[in-house]
Amino acid sequence: MSMTGWEHFPHEADVGIRGYGPSLSVAFEQAALAMMAAIADVEGIESRQRVEIACEAPEPDLLLVEWLNALIYEMATRDMIFCRFAVTIEGTALSAQAWGEDVDVERHRPAAEVKGATYTALEVSRAADGGWMAQCVVDV
Amino acid sequence: MQAERFEKVSEFEWRVPPSGAMRVPAVIYADENLIRAMDEKVYEQVTNVATLPGIVEASYAMPDAHWGYGFPIGGVAAFDAEQGGVVSAGGVGFDISCGVRTLLTGLTRTQLEGHESPLADGLYSHIPVGLGSRGQISLDAKEMDAMLTGGARWAVERGYGSPEDLERVEEHGCMAGARPECVSERAKNRQRREMGTLGSGNHYLEVQQVVELFDEATAAVFGVQRGAVVVSIHCGSRGLGHQIGTEFLRDMAAGAPGQGITLPDRELACARIESELGQRYLGAMRAGINCALANRQIITHLTREVFARIFPQAGLTLLYDVSHNTCKREEHTVDGRSRPLFVHRKGATRAFGPGHPALPEDLSETGQPVLIGGSMGTSSYILTGTEVSETRAFSSACHGAGRAMSRHAARRRWRGRQLVDELAQRNILIRSPSSRGVAEEAPGAYKDVGAVVEAAEHAGLARRVARLEPVVCIKG
Repeated sequence: MSMTGWEHFPHEADVGIRGYGPSLSVAFEQAALAMMAAIADVEGIESRQRVEIACEAPEPDLLLVEWLNALIYEMATRDMIFCRFAVTIEGTALSAQAWGEDVDVERHRPAAEVKGATYTALEVSRAADGGWMAQCVVDV
Repeated sequence: MQAERFEKVSEFEWRVPPSGAMRVPAVIYADENLIRAMDEKVYEQVTNVATLPGIVEASYAMPDAHWGYGFPIGGVAAFDAEQGGVVSAGGVGFDISCGVRTLLTGLTRTQLEGHESPLADGLYSHIPVGLGSRGQISLDAKEMDAMLTGGARWAVERGYGSPEDLERVEEHGCMAGARPECVSERAKNRQRREMGTLGSGNHYLEVQQVVELFDEATAAVFGVQRGAVVVSIHCGSRGLGHQIGTEFLRDMAAGAPGQGITLPDRELACARIESELGQRYLGAMRAGINCALANRQIITHLTREVFARIFPQAGLTLLYDVSHNTCKREEHTVDGRSRPLFVHRKGATRAFGPGHPALPEDLSETGQPVLIGGSMGTSSYILTGTEVSETRAFSSACHGAGRAMSRHAARRRWRGRQLVDELAQRNILIRSPSSRGVAEEAPGAYKDVGAVVEAAEHAGLARRVARLEPVVCIKG
């Protein structure tokens, strides 16, 4: 039984984010949660609005970067922060729903603003137990 | 990082001779302690940059170098278009034209006495800072393009500041060759309501006092006296620059093989300068530079409004505005011949020496002011370009302290609230929307900026003029 979850790993100037899951889609959802947790406490974010996201890339690792950058774009242009995701991946295409709410500085106390997902420490891989891992460094 | 991996040229210059795919040597300007404190990744990155096509002289790293994206942060590399040289989105970075602007206030530390708190509160409430903050200005499509073409000059024309300000900004406040049509709609959308915002992370606005002079004559020309109060603004091109960086990094990584470029690391994504993609990036990146210059100009205006309320006698004038994430076409003498080169400075400041034609007339004899930001609670420095700057890393110097510890580790070690209290004990007032953000930016998470600027001076990159200490820090 592979695990589901996320964590941060250290980078000298920025933040490494990593998601795990039994499928590629779940690993991508968890990686997105890890990115949100680099900004604020995800427990304190409510699912009040839903945003639809679609992107594509030729390889799974490039798709992870596209996915995270699409979220960064939605956050920046909508002034939102997200806490829950449902990702579907078919071949090179990703479609997703992201739930969250408007940024409330008093309540969320955002610690950082993510500028972009990078190719640094970028890896999407499958372990012997079948579980997926998706990670990269995000620039803050 | 092991110093043994380098040939020691002098106490402050360390070299890796070309081997394997390296076309030129790699050179780090730093002392042995700074080298030992650097991440092993700096070695990998500075030698990787040396493999890129058309690189001239060497791949350089400044004394504050640390692990970046493709290029080290604190990396300098120049490319010759005629030799098949490249322009790299990774070599500029996500925050295009991030930089520091320092304003003289004409006030002394004594005059500030008793007004520190109202000043801190006034600046914090008037200048949008941190995630989710919005500027007062919203740009429609036409104004967006005018801003991307005009830079700080556009801002002055719209009433943010005076024409005299522009003389003290690199490129006289307006980067030529900007092509707004090369900037995507998504990048413009990210910027529409972000003009005049400070951002977050390591960006800040600080009220500082001059505590030490190293070079009285140059300080006098700069208008900097011991005990004087100055304001330093550290920020960049906000969402627009980030989106340009993201998109071109992707397109350049995908396009490199088709241009016959082998990338040792995807983050080194680049394109031939003379290719269509390379030209498009230069057009977009220059628009990003203008966005950063306009942004710092608007924040200057907001700062002046706050000072005018509390200190009607103060007149805020620019010492200088430097950018430390850029690629610029400059003339440099190589092998006795002046050649146009595309100089990438990723986390490095331009440091033109005395007499350089780009300098305003009144700074022609001193060299260019080089503004080095510290970290919250530590010193910042004003340096100047020197006669020998041109012979070192194409007139470039360090840009800041450089991180010594990850955000992750800093968050475990410090509590934001406690740091704010400790700094208040030392008469440094912090205003920030996030105590976790403060912990991640703890002064102890950075290298000793004093050692960095000392190494820069000994290496001949730039010379120290003054040391500043913070009084108020507005932190994103």
